[in-house]
Amino acid sequence: MTETFISWGMDADWAWGVATVAGILLIALPLMLAVAMIIYADRKIWAAIALRRGPNVVGPFGLLQSFADGLKVFLQETIIPTGANRGLFLIAPIITFTVALMAWAVIPFNSGAVLADINVGLLYILAISSLGVYGVVLSGWASNSKYPFFSAMRAAAQMISYEVSIGFILVGVVLYADSFNLNEIIKAQQGHGLGIVNAFGFNLLLFPLAVIFLIASLAETARAPFDLTEAESELVAGYQTEYSSMSFALFWLGEYANVLLMATLNAVLFWGGWLPPLNIDLIPWFDIPGIIWLFAKILFFFFIFSWVKATVPRYRYDQLMRLGWKIFLPISLIWIFLISGWLMLTRYS
Amino acid sequence: MIQLIAFYLFATIVIASAAMVIFARNPVHSVMWLILAFFNAAGLMLLAGAEFIAMLLVIVYVGAVAVLFLFVVMMLNIDFAELRAGFVRYLPLGALVAIILVAELIFALGAWSAGGIDLAARVAPAATDKSNIQQIGELLYTRYIFLFEAAGIILLVAMIGAIVLTHRQRGGVRTQNISSQNQRRPQDATRLVDPGVGQGMEL
Repeated sequence: MTETFISWGMDADWAWGVATVAGILLIALPLMLAVAMIIYADRKIWAAIALRRGPNVVGPFGLLQSFADGLKVFLQETIIPTGANRGLFLIAPIITFTVALMAWAVIPFNSGAVLADINVGLLYILAISSLGVYGVVLSGWASNSKYPFFSAMRAAAQMISYEVSIGFILVGVVLYADSFNLNEIIKAQQGHGLGIVNAFGFNLLLFPLAVIFLIASLAETARAPFDLTEAESELVAGYQTEYSSMSFALFWLGEYANVLLMATLNAVLFWGGWLPPLNIDLIPWFDIPGIIWLFAKILFFFFIFSWVKATVPRYRYDQLMRLGWKIFLPISLIWIFLISGWLMLTRYS
Repeated sequence: MIQLIAFYLFATIVIASAAMVIFARNPVHSVMWLILAFFNAAGLMLLAGAEFIAMLLVIVYVGAVAVLFLFVVMMLNIDFAELRAGFVRYLPLGALVAIILVAELIFALGAWSAGGIDLAARVAPAATDKSNIQQIGELLYTRYIFLFEAAGIILLVAMIGAIVLTHRQRGGVRTQNISSQNQRRPQDATRLVDPGVGQGMEL
């Protein structure tokens, strides 16, 4: 994009700056729109599984429900509890929201269509997603209230536990793709399954990791069945209990942006990202743009997320910890040995 | 130009937030300032072209170490007024440590600028066409393999030590056996009986 701006007669520094800002807006604004629509989709899917109608009043089929909610929340009064730690109380939702947006900088939407094509892209995502816990922990502490604090403690332990196995799973993918760059990882999946299928997920060695990653991403985003941080039967609304108006909305938006990010990571790391599913040119005169494939995959994983939310009962906290530490961690560790052993035998010998 | 502005921005914030770690009255605020300092130090690493180190700094220190700090500080409810009471008493000792550290830094910088040591010549300059991770990996797994493995063993020992220190065997604790629970089938636990009228049933 920088070249376009240079060709319009800007000098290089300015063109770079303008191109970067334009890129950020091109990602962030559609993302916000997508989050609004995905909240609607989530509620509709949930309603359909529960044999209800879901939102159907505002706009055609209730499509504008999220915008109505946003407007309502925007017009409400921001209440800060008297005992709360003002500064941290207000910063916490901002951290959650910002961090949820930041990770999108390295997501490739098509070949070359990525804001920051850095060669430690996957590590960047790990780093940013490890920041996500601060929003929750700080909001829980700063609220100066029992339930938010319990929720913050749970969130911190839960996210750290699952981040460990997510890290090991990513190592497996990186070993196969031979790169930390997300675009390279996608390109490595071209024709990976017998030269026909463009996905790591169809590799028998990587498929178990794909399944674990899907479950761990549910836990990492604190979605049902791992939504112990906002378990309404025990903790009112968890860390969001004391929040109102826009500060609450920021948590909400950040949470769904994170869910979308995890769905995207599932698509990018294991199911070929912007590559078409099959490595065969079925329609020789027309190429479906990669971004369509990526969005289709994201929506598919989002559907799985809401499907799980609607059908699976919530885990107990000790079960959650057991799953993370006693099952996922050993399996992903063993899988690193298996994968690197297999690669040593086949690729590097 | 942008690099220069970014460097001074990061450097100023690192120093300012490091100072705020000490001066903040609330321990939780201290931890938050510490996180800001880590973050901007990662920014400095990025400017130096060490993107791998920068990301590791964020993942390890911000993502894990500082979370544990925050955890402990939040849970323990430390009375910092009490800790601060000894400020004057420990001032001479602290000042001595500070003076030694500053003096060492000055000596090191002086020796460096005198140029007699020539540290740069000891390691072959890395090829610039490779990515950061590859360069570090090649050095770690060839030249420094034994040091690297020694570091790994030390970490393993530390981990085992931590487990041994915190692990205690308590008697009389009722634990769950998840696999036996999962293997339990309805026919093991339930029984369909058809008792006659007025006969009752034995359990």
